[in-house]
Amino acid sequence: MLEQQLFNALSLGCVYALFALGFTIVFGVLGVINLSHGAVFMAGAYAALNAVTRLGMPLWSAIAFAFVFSGLVGLLVDVLILRPLRSRGAPHLIPMIATIGVGITLSNLAQGIFGAENQRFPVEVLPQKTLSLLGLDMTALELGIIFTSFVLMTALLLVLKKTQLGRALRAIAESPRAAVLLGINVEGLFRLTSFVAAGLGGVAGTLIGLYSNALFPLMGQPILHKGIAVIILGGMGDIRGAMLAGLFLGFAEVLSVAYIGSTMRDAVAFGLLFLVLLIRPKGLFGSTQERKV
Amino acid sequence: MSITQNKSVLAACLALGIFGLARADEIKIGVAEALSGGAAQYGLSIRNGFQLAIEEINSAGGVGGNKIALVIEDEQGKKEEAINSFKKLIFQDKVLMVFGPTLSNSAQAADPIAQAAKIVVFGTSNTADGITSIGDYVFRNSVTEADVLPVTIKTAVKHNKIKSVAVLYGNDDVFTKSGYDNFKKALEDLKIPVTTTETFAKGDVDFKAQLTKIKASNPDAIVLSALLAEGAPIMVQARQLGITIPVIGGNGMNSVKIFDLAKGASDGLWIGSPWSIENRTKENNSFIVAFTQKFKSTPDQFAAQAYDAMHIAVAALAKIKLTGDLNKDRMALHDALPSVKWTGATGPFTFRRANDKAGKPAGYDAQQVPIISVTRGSNYSIEK
Repeated sequence: MLEQQLFNALSLGCVYALFALGFTIVFGVLGVINLSHGAVFMAGAYAALNAVTRLGMPLWSAIAFAFVFSGLVGLLVDVLILRPLRSRGAPHLIPMIATIGVGITLSNLAQGIFGAENQRFPVEVLPQKTLSLLGLDMTALELGIIFTSFVLMTALLLVLKKTQLGRALRAIAESPRAAVLLGINVEGLFRLTSFVAAGLGGVAGTLIGLYSNALFPLMGQPILHKGIAVIILGGMGDIRGAMLAGLFLGFAEVLSVAYIGSTMRDAVAFGLLFLVLLIRPKGLFGSTQERKV
Repeated sequence: MSITQNKSVLAACLALGIFGLARADEIKIGVAEALSGGAAQYGLSIRNGFQLAIEEINSAGGVGGNKIALVIEDEQGKKEEAINSFKKLIFQDKVLMVFGPTLSNSAQAADPIAQAAKIVVFGTSNTADGITSIGDYVFRNSVTEADVLPVTIKTAVKHNKIKSVAVLYGNDDVFTKSGYDNFKKALEDLKIPVTTTETFAKGDVDFKAQLTKIKASNPDAIVLSALLAEGAPIMVQARQLGITIPVIGGNGMNSVKIFDLAKGASDGLWIGSPWSIENRTKENNSFIVAFTQKFKSTPDQFAAQAYDAMHIAVAALAKIKLTGDLNKDRMALHDALPSVKWTGATGPFTFRRANDKAGKPAGYDAQQVPIISVTRGSNYSIEK
């Protein structure tokens, strides 16, 4: 039973990490806690669902479609809401509140279009295989989620550390104003970051929607709360931190269910999180700066 | 015919139409259901059930020569709107009785208004405890979970040789938590040991930690109090972990959507319901045929209960003489309703007196035998 629980913890942790990766890079670069990320996550899942059911796309291209669709939603949020606020020098709480509004609007829009009831991906498109290996029951989707989240984390880290683009993003994270003076196209990179982060959110929504078999307009809400905890624990804006903290939360939750009891799950998981923050107030990978990629 | 004549005919029709609505020999019945918002999928079904029943009753001549007119309000599934709708129906539209509201939560808020105004309020979908303890003007024909769950468990146990069960429920939702309380009581009464009790929260996507633990405790069945959003993934993930034992579900799992949402993993779910599309009685068949013809969609439990409720109310109306004095007529209807016996789409029905919190007689609950079904393939099969 322990092996199965450890595997459960790994896959749940990767679900959280997958969500938190996009969430944390927006904070790292734009310095905004984007609370519409949960709704963007939902929008991606619905986009993929409709790509499969109405446009007859195969699953992999539906995931790409979800990336582009929710990326565009994220881009629109940046252009229509975050940029005007930036250009007027709004204090940093204002964009956060604005994104709450965006989230509510998107969820209600989805409810108006698709209805409040649950929907799911048609059973034919799902990789149905269950692998039984070493006494573990693993589904192809769980393995896919674990694989995707590690690949994405590595790719994002490589981009940030090794490329010109990454250097520019890190410069913005240090100081947007200094980055402008260095001739970096800060607004352009803000838009790119918003697009990619939201796109990743949409992919996370699709994978998790496939995994949980339940798409509904408010599906992003509970995971948004977990996501906030994860990026705070990881150190705001840090990619390795988001991954590690996602895994931490997954393991804390699953092991507290296994050994303490499921009624105590959230109390134990968030109690541990609180303890970690008492010892390291900046989070696992947080540094003294306010923002960091 | 000249244009002016045409116009006057039209005017006469209009006048008749308007006049017709306000005619003294028309009996007005109020309906307040959630026709928009999250609970609309239930509310719309309920409204359709009422409309079908009214159409049948009126085309058969109404009650004692009087036609019945429905005054329909949208209470949006919200407490405040339910209160507003009730006030409008009772004091402004001066209806003889009110049906609704859709959700138990709203009923808790709005039913006291009807009780205070001494007008019958008749719920067709409120299953929570304590609704009918509000007062003696509160009626419902919706069978409560407290009545259904013991029968569901007993039937599942009889068919599957169940000696012990594991319990899994959502502990942050009033409805699933109250389902759990009723399950717990039923399991205690039936002396069935519980191997482990596990919980989850609304919005969880992964239930494998709990299910792995349940699997290790080796029960003969899982008792599940969940809404479909979590219940369907639970069914799927349980089967993925190789858990093949029966699942005994509460009212939240009672929806044909399970066949879609847990496709390939929906077998072996036991549920109890006051109504089943598979129940081939004469009354139910004619209801299903008429409903399908009128609305071009298959009816559900909520439509069936509303349809029966309207017939029950009309059966009471047929027993009284309307005087035109609204207060007297409302009271006469209240006095006639409890003794109504009716066999409709949901089977034989009578009222049972409920008690208030102090143990004194209050409103009226449904006395009805639930139908227990188990999912097989993409259908329910009824088990006795």
